[in-house]
Amino acid sequence: MTADPLSRVFSALADPTRRDMVARLAVADSDVNGLAEPYDVSLQAVSKHLKVLEEAGLVSRSRQAQRRPVHLEAEVLDLMTRWIERYRRQAEERYSRLDDLLTTMPDDVEPVPPPQTGAQR
Amino acid sequence: MTTTRTRQTMITVDPDVPLVRITREFDAPAAKVFRAHTDPALVTHWIGPRRHEMRLDHYDCRTGGSYRYLMVSNGNEFGFHGSFHEVRPGTLIVQTFTFEGQPDGVALERLVFEDLPDGRTRLTATSLVDSFEARDAFVAGGMEEGVREGYERLDELLAR
Repeated sequence: MTADPLSRVFSALADPTRRDMVARLAVADSDVNGLAEPYDVSLQAVSKHLKVLEEAGLVSRSRQAQRRPVHLEAEVLDLMTRWIERYRRQAEERYSRLDDLLTTMPDDVEPVPPPQTGAQR
Repeated sequence: MTTTRTRQTMITVDPDVPLVRITREFDAPAAKVFRAHTDPALVTHWIGPRRHEMRLDHYDCRTGGSYRYLMVSNGNEFGFHGSFHEVRPGTLIVQTFTFEGQPDGVALERLVFEDLPDGRTRLTATSLVDSFEARDAFVAGGMEEGVREGYERLDELLAR
């Protein structure tokens, strides 16, 4: 298992079945039987997927009821989305500096600079 | 496929392949955007976080060339280097990228420049690494103070 929480969340969501389960849990809580219904897989396989989601902190399962309802931890999912959003914002910050630079450059510029003569390698 | 889109920069994190893709459009022709990527006198103006000083060791952007630069922050220097595998003026740059703090790690970067109507350019920058762990560190690593705070918040959430 990967060490850090972000990697766990990412790899938990790397699987299409688990992503689909998360999407359905975003609508309503469910249980193993309910989650298994649309897929052509065993209950054991669904339980295994649930375990991965649970270890990543994306879902929690109540230990009180017999059917152990599964609940989506929307905040964890939201946190990952925000992580990506921060990365996006950093790229945007860099590219808006590039926007500024482009306005100072002549329009008919060559795509590459003239060869560097005597450049230090 | 996790995609976040707002006004301009679009990020794609692929679930099946350890890559991050950034798409961005510019109000300038591809030759100009390309020049800003290849001219050592221009790259220092925009690559790298705002609070850091970027110091070029060398930047020889042509097929078979290489680069190395340092980011200087609070007296600490962080080195980055790579090779330019393919430079096709105005259209394509394929390069490698290594953070010298993790010298065994390398990203393969592919930058595609497309001329759009009205003199605009679409840039698609794809970074491919060799594991999902490395990719996630790549996404998280770009965020400096944010990532520590993020982990703390995730720890708190997971501890509940």
